[in-house]
Amino acid sequence: MENNSLVSIANLSGEQLKYLLAMGREFEKCPNRKILDGKLVATLFFEPSTRTRLSFETAANRLGARVIGFTDPKVTSSTKGETLKDTIMMVSNYADVIVMRHYLEGAALWATEVSPVPIVNAGDGSNQHPTQTLLDLYTIQQTQGRLEDLNICIVGDLKYGRTVHSLIMAMRHFNPKFQFVAPRELSLPEEYKRYCQEQHISFEETERFDSSSIADADIIYMTRVQRERFTDLMEYERVKDVYILQRDMLGQTKDNMKILHPLPRVNEIAQDVDDDPHAYYFQQAKNGLYMREAVLCNALGYTLDDVRVEK
Amino acid sequence: MSKQLQVAAIQNGTVIDHIPNEKLVEVVRLLHLERLPNSSIMIGYNLNSEQLGHKSLIKVSNHYFSKEELDTLCIAIPNATLSIIEDYQIKEKRAFDMPSDFDNIVVCPNPMCITNNEPMPTKFHYCADKKVLKCHYCGKEVETDEVRFTK
Ligand SMILES: [Zn+2]
Repeated sequence: MENNSLVSIANLSGEQLKYLLAMGREFEKCPNRKILDGKLVATLFFEPSTRTRLSFETAANRLGARVIGFTDPKVTSSTKGETLKDTIMMVSNYADVIVMRHYLEGAALWATEVSPVPIVNAGDGSNQHPTQTLLDLYTIQQTQGRLEDLNICIVGDLKYGRTVHSLIMAMRHFNPKFQFVAPRELSLPEEYKRYCQEQHISFEETERFDSSSIADADIIYMTRVQRERFTDLMEYERVKDVYILQRDMLGQTKDNMKILHPLPRVNEIAQDVDDDPHAYYFQQAKNGLYMREAVLCNALGYTLDDVRVEK
Repeated sequence: MSKQLQVAAIQNGTVIDHIPNEKLVEVVRLLHLERLPNSSIMIGYNLNSEQLGHKSLIKVSNHYFSKEELDTLCIAIPNATLSIIEDYQIKEKRAFDMPSDFDNIVVCPNPMCITNNEPMPTKFHYCADKKVLKCHYCGKEVETDEVRFTK
């Protein structure tokens, strides 16, 4: 069943991504469907993530599936003896699909190799979180009417930001132009810059974040600059207020520009931006529901035609 | 001075030649030569070599190494040569060629990798363009000369 599992965004083609987005669109039209009536979805959260778990469980419930699962409150308690393999084997006796989040990198891929039922990766350490990327793509397409030839400005922690790295990889199919805005300590790692060059993705890097650096953007993708990521706390103090999006920076932006953020936000987007028509991060989070409905159906073998609202 | 005079010939077995001196001890360990009770083993250290200046070589009688053992050597001593000897003749002589996959040979250096936290075999892919090994599970890349072996 490995084929229907969703582990990583990296290996999906542009066509496969668009196919999943098209499925998501059917669920936006009509999110409440009994397509998965009689199916059982397991949500195994070896690492807590209330937000992601709620989104998956809502998706399963709106499709009529039943949900079982657990959240491990402490990272250590699942290591009191049972291996991941044993847990997966046990749960696959009960469930038709397993949604899992794990603190170890590569855990989801290992699970697909041992599991007789499909696995949906809801995040494995700092490695992959494909449904986040899918909802980002969905939102970009929803707000811009296309994925191709867009100017995307990514701001904040480009070094550790897993969502940023996956977004870059997924967008490689669509000829994007990236503007990477980050403090020096959190700039995009060399391996991703090399990746961009290999994939012929054009990009610029800058430390400056002001109204001029976002003037051409179709999408501004904000991420959090976290104190604990800095080795040099003087540097943190110097930059901590630089990478905050303020409402008065939005005066010269393009009309179609939308502001995205993977959430949760701390202070990197000022509260008064929420009321600006460019703000789109709450709708973005809602799109997570549609994409997770699509991913669950796809994992269970349903096609785009199976889920179309008008046949 | 000819090679034959440096280390005696064997009738049947394996010769691993052109080992850099500093890799000899590691190779002896990786091949578990102490576990070959029916072989006589000759180890030459700091021999003259046109290519390397100085080199080491190992001759093992009556033993042929497994693919897994040889895969380990491709990483440790990629420029060495392997000869299969039958009746004092070189039956086969070749360089070590890198396989594309390494199953349970290399330890992943990422402590947060699933393979370091679960009783399971490791798996690495060799990327010829970058000359690195890449963990199948976590994606971590390792330079071949920084590799740690599973045994
Ligand atoms: Zn690894």
